[in-house]
Amino acid sequence: METAIILLVGVLISCGLYLMLERNLLRFIFGLILLSNGVNLLIMTAGRLTRAAPSLIPEGEYAPVAELANALPQALVLTAIVIGFGLTVFALVLILRAYERLGTTDGDELSQMIEGEDGDDTSSKFPSSQQAPDYIREPKINPPVLSQVRESKL
Amino acid sequence: MSWLLVLPIIIPLVTAAVLFAFGKRTEWQKNFSFASTLFLLLTGILLLVQVAKDGILVAQMGSWRAPFGISLVADLLSAIMVLITGVMGFAIAIYARKDIGPRLEHLGFHPVYHVLLAGINGAFITGDLFNLYVWFEVLLISSFVLLTLGGNKAQLKGGVHYVLINLFSSLLFLTAIGILYGLTGTLNMADLARQLAGLPAGLVTTVAILFLIAFGVKAAVFPLFFWLPSSYHTPPMATTAIFAAMLSKVGVYALVRAFTLLFTQDPGYTHNLLAWIAALTMFTGVLGAAAQTDIRKILSFHSISQIGYMIMGLALFSSLGFIGAVFYIVHHSIVKASLFLVAGLIKREGGSFELSELGGLYKRKPLLAVLFLILAFSLAGFPPLSGFWAKLIVIRAGLEAEAYWLVAVSLVVGLLTIYSMTKIWQAVFWKPAESEPVKPVAGSLRPLYMPIAGLALVTLMIGFFAQPFYVLAESAASQLLNSQLYISSVLGDLIGAKP
Repeated sequence: METAIILLVGVLISCGLYLMLERNLLRFIFGLILLSNGVNLLIMTAGRLTRAAPSLIPEGEYAPVAELANALPQALVLTAIVIGFGLTVFALVLILRAYERLGTTDGDELSQMIEGEDGDDTSSKFPSSQQAPDYIREPKINPPVLSQVRESKL
Repeated sequence: MSWLLVLPIIIPLVTAAVLFAFGKRTEWQKNFSFASTLFLLLTGILLLVQVAKDGILVAQMGSWRAPFGISLVADLLSAIMVLITGVMGFAIAIYARKDIGPRLEHLGFHPVYHVLLAGINGAFITGDLFNLYVWFEVLLISSFVLLTLGGNKAQLKGGVHYVLINLFSSLLFLTAIGILYGLTGTLNMADLARQLAGLPAGLVTTVAILFLIAFGVKAAVFPLFFWLPSSYHTPPMATTAIFAAMLSKVGVYALVRAFTLLFTQDPGYTHNLLAWIAALTMFTGVLGAAAQTDIRKILSFHSISQIGYMIMGLALFSSLGFIGAVFYIVHHSIVKASLFLVAGLIKREGGSFELSELGGLYKRKPLLAVLFLILAFSLAGFPPLSGFWAKLIVIRAGLEAEAYWLVAVSLVVGLLTIYSMTKIWQAVFWKPAESEPVKPVAGSLRPLYMPIAGLALVTLMIGFFAQPFYVLAESAASQLLNSQLYISSVLGDLIGAKP
């Protein structure tokens, strides 16, 4: 059983890494999700898969009566899943915002943009916050329609 | 007293919760934030005094005994780091009062800033590897928010790089934790250190390299630093300053902890690798800085190069090397953050971050010029400022360890550092102004000068009265070198039992 799961971990991690080689940031995120699932399974397996009673001590006893399963890896994985979920959602929203403002989800295009129009944001045209650059929002470049996103980028 | 160990985490967390609840009242938020960071600073001082007096402090959360529950541990290094977080958190909170505009305040700058401080302190104080991961994520998510707060184009561009590479490194960290747990069945760092000794060295070294990559990304060492120069120049300077002061230091701290406590089985391989990384980090960082013309980018690249000196101290794996690393961490947090704060002021007084568009500030703003000069000289390592002692100790450690090539690299890098600092000095302060001076800003900028002046005083103080700081760093280094002390403090009477 453990061997099978470890192989599965290997498959998940290699698929994840392969996806992360993509230039499209959305696929990069998908790779990240696969990778994080692989790692979660790895932690689970690292705690050894045992078929045993839940780690509870029956009423009236002072010590466990039967062999107990290790609950710690499950606690770890639960934490890791929650954290991974939050971070992935943040990254997805960030990429959506980047697509809205910058018009691309292609990693290469994004990097070239960084070299090309660096520091070219509203705040650099104003010497201080007293003249309130913070209030001024740049005009959005055509907000994309979600169906277009799907067609063009996936 | 275990409260002292919990307070550095609790204070900013509670503050963040309160500030979130009163998100609309920005003036009130500023004052509360100020008061809270002041308390954090005082707690840091108390903690350091306590640890210096009584030795390593340990608290077991929920009274679960050491290898089973989560331990909070403060040895001298942790206590010093917590104190530095307090100092920088306080100074930058003052700067942020003026620097952060009302829009970002309404978006929640202040509460997120305190979550960041909580994450940083948690990472310094925890004695449990998985807990360290959790604190890393706390500080990462809040740094993501701070970096992209406001969401202008440059921030989104830099933010995407920063977020994705850091998420990847977190997953590597998690993988390494999983494998280590599978090998030893424990995640308590002291217990790990005890158990790793009995394992095959090859296996342990493999895990060590995973940790090296995971922490290396956070510390921005060669060749994993590319996210730093592409993101650090985008947020407001107060945010960049706290990032430059503390975020990469958390990575360095984690490296120091891992490679003094856990992975000392095969120093011939791991610490040699660290030496190479240190040399390449120093060198590429300073070359990158030489090529830039934006003050913020010059400083960002410098940040990388200075990380190299700290890693060099760690790589030498000697008492003097550790003293140098600790000294360097303290010195660099203060000086680099204040240089970023100075950059923010240059922008306000001179109207730009670009060297070619600036000029004549020496005549118009002599105080700013003096502050910059002190900090830049300190960074470059002129005697008698704090940077001189930090460099001197690291280089002496290199000579003692007969790592002459490493010493040669660090000396050349020191020269190149002076080159790019004089580049800023020449372009911003000495050369005549290119354009009409910008109109004086409404309102006083004194709140922006005060924290910088305070931090410059600290670097002067460390420079002129280096002895007590050296002694402190020396005892911190001896604790690092003698990891048995850490193990026995955490595990207590369990130490006699066989693993």
